[in-house]
Parts: sequence; C-alpha cells; structure tokens
Amino acid sequence: MADSQKELGAAFNKRDRDWHPAADTPAYRSTILRSPKQKLVMLEQSLSETTGPVFGQNAIGALDHDLIQNFAQPGESPIGERIIVHGHILDENGRGVPNALLEVWQANAGGRYRHKNDSYLAPLDPNFGGCGRLLSDENGYYSFRTIKPGPYPWPNGGNDWRPAHIHYSLFGSGFAQRLITQIYFEGDPHIALCPILNSINDPKAIDQLVARLDMEHTVPMDIRAYRLNMILRGRDSTMFENRMEGN
Amino acid sequence: MSQAPNLKESPSQTAGPYVHIGCTPNFVGISGVYEEDAGRGMLSDETKGERIHIRGRIFDGAGDIVKDGLIEIWQADAEGLYNSPDETRGTADPAFPGWGRQPTDLERGDFVFDTIRPGRVPASDGRMQAPHISLWIVARGINIGLSTRLYLADEAEANAQDPVLASIADPMRRETLLAVREGDGFVFDIRLQGDRETVFFDV
Repeated sequence: MADSQKELGAAFNKRDRDWHPAADTPAYRSTILRSPKQKLVMLEQSLSETTGPVFGQNAIGALDHDLIQNFAQPGESPIGERIIVHGHILDENGRGVPNALLEVWQANAGGRYRHKNDSYLAPLDPNFGGCGRLLSDENGYYSFRTIKPGPYPWPNGGNDWRPAHIHYSLFGSGFAQRLITQIYFEGDPHIALCPILNSINDPKAIDQLVARLDMEHTVPMDIRAYRLNMILRGRDSTMFENRMEGN
Repeated sequence: MSQAPNLKESPSQTAGPYVHIGCTPNFVGISGVYEEDAGRGMLSDETKGERIHIRGRIFDGAGDIVKDGLIEIWQADAEGLYNSPDETRGTADPAFPGWGRQPTDLERGDFVFDTIRPGRVPASDGRMQAPHISLWIVARGINIGLSTRLYLADEAEANAQDPVLASIADPMRRETLLAVREGDGFVFDIRLQGDRETVFFDV
C-alpha cells in the first residue's frame, strides 16, 4: 500500500511498441488505409497522461456483469455454452489494479453481433445483447458470466474466420493506461490462422490473450470457467524515487 | 529499492467495427442493459467554465470518412485541475468529470463533444502547457488506440509557449493539432494518413 501511495502521479513505463501489433499489418486489410505513416512523436508524460477518470460502483447496474441475464427476457436465457471469464487486472509491477472499469462486447453463440452492420447468416439471439461491464475489486479481481461466442467469417479478401473472442476495454488509474484488446480461448484452431491476432509478432504476447479452461472455478452441472489475467502499464517507480531524492 | 517491471502489458487488438456495442450500446440500439452510455454527457448546469462545442470527422488514407470509430477525451476543468485521485494540486470541479466518449455517426461519420475550455496544466518540468484536450481514437483497422491532443487555435499566445507543440519540429504538422473556430464551435478533423496526417503521440 505504501508503495502504491508513493507512486501516485508517477509516469508510466514506456510502452513496448514491438510487443504490441504494429499499426500497419497488411494481412489485416483494414489497417492499410487506417495506419498512420508518420512516426509517433514522443510525449513526456504530464498530469494529462498520469491522471485518469474514476468510475463509481453506483454507475454499474446489478446485472451489467452478467451477459447471460442482462438482455434476456424474464425466465429465459441465451443459446450457447455458459461460461464464467475471470482473473486479475494487474499492472506491470504485478500489483492488482483496483476499481478498474472493464467493458466487454462479443458476438452470440452463432457468431452474430447485435449490430445493424453485421449481416452474417447466423441469427440474432433474442435473449443476448452482447455487452457487459464491471469494476475490478480492491485486489484487481474481475469476473463476468456470458455465453461462449461463436467464430464467424469476415470480409478480408479471402476465407478468413475470427477465432471465438471477447472484446475487452480497460481503464486503469491513468489515461495513458487506456487499452482495448480481445481475448481468445485455449485450443481454438482459428488462433493460428487469424490475421488480426497474428498482427502481434511474439507468440508469448499472443499467448497472453488466450484464456485457459479453469476447472477449479467451474461450477459442477452449471457453468465452465475460463481464466485470464489482464496487464496494464505500470508506473515507473524508479523515476519517481529519483525525483524524490533530487537526482 | 527500484523495481523493474516484471510483467508485460496485455497486447492491444483492434476495437473492430462493433466497438459501439460495448462502449455506447444505447447508441446502436441495445437498450435496456445500461441506463445510459458512459461519457456521452459531460456538462451540467453546475459545471464551471466556458462552454465549447467541438465537432470533426476522421479521414482514412483514401480520404473516406471513418464511420465506425470511437473517440474519448480527457481534460482538466476550467481551473486546470483533473478530476482524478492523482490530482494533488487541488480539488477539481465536482460537476465536471473531465472524461467524455463519443461515437462517430454511423451514417455521416461526424463526432461531437460539448465540453468546457480547459485551464492550463503544468508539464512535468513545471512549465505551463497551453489548454489542451487529450484524445484517444479507436476503430476497425486501428491495431492500437491512437493518442493525440487538441489545442484551441484562439489560444495563440499559450500555444506558442507549449512544450509539447514545441517538440513538433514541422509547423505544418503542429497545425494538425489545432481546432479552429467555425460557426458556433470548433472543428477538429483527424487524418490517419496523407499530407496533413494528424500528429499522434507515443504517450
């Protein structure tokens, strides 16, 4: 606790841009016209980057973290494999990030999104909306219930199918930690084939987005659990200590 | 003791074409789950400061308007204070969250923010920065969220002293960060590529 207090307001570690996907990854065709061509300009972090918005529990509804129930008609539930997805939201220093807002969205069990621009053949599920959100607890722990999303084809010039995935949007305590990513499920053969996921170069980085089956938290005769920790940028404690010592 | 980071940040993935389902579900017709979409209203009658209206569009490398984008902003209040626990210089206006989020319109592609003119905030070396708004942009085809800043063109004196603007060598590129007055508000267009590609930062 003393440590995290000391780090209040300190700058975040530099982002490792080789670990993240590059902006321009032509196998994912949409990046061709949407990737900046100029080099990013280095920005020395100020309060504008080290501070960030705070979200209160009172903004979160009781069923927001339960995609099985939050759109379903009373007494009904969506079609598909019932799953819990859970883990900790940590910073790069291994500390839990409390009160972190996680927003998720996904396709239904057939691989169809509830969106007017999605015209895939698979039907909408009248009991599935596809969005959820929660705040991590004081240790950074998060958990939500949903239906396992289905794989689906997408227009990328060939016969491309997305692996089953859930989109994650994450806030830490500073706006520089803002992150949107996607999580996948272990054993999915589409993981190796996906141009979006393989925009990431390092197999270890890809693996960091793959949730593992967790039998320990699977509820017998009810719902399976998948586990995945999410890591946000950490504050640079070294830099902060040096500044305090006047170096 | 100094401590080296021992974990790697979760790698980014594109927000894809349906980011609005997760971030602004009511906007895409998913009603009854969240009472309201977070971040779409930043102002109340109690909010202190000059109201400003900002609108713009995001253009891709072919000059087409991006219609599946999402933009978030983070800014100080009228006194230059952030509504955040990490703000140690004072207490920000409780009637101003400082954070806003807007989709680009699905048909026209424009985005709109109604906010206040931010106060000035010091840089890490203590020099004052010009009033600015931090932006974070995601969409299909953007593998990692893009960070930029919006400065107000009518703050010429403050802009001339701003250390971040000064760090951009080419004055033509600096101009891509200026929102210009037009009609009842400011216009801030974002260009992902091309002659006038917006300056994006490694924050």
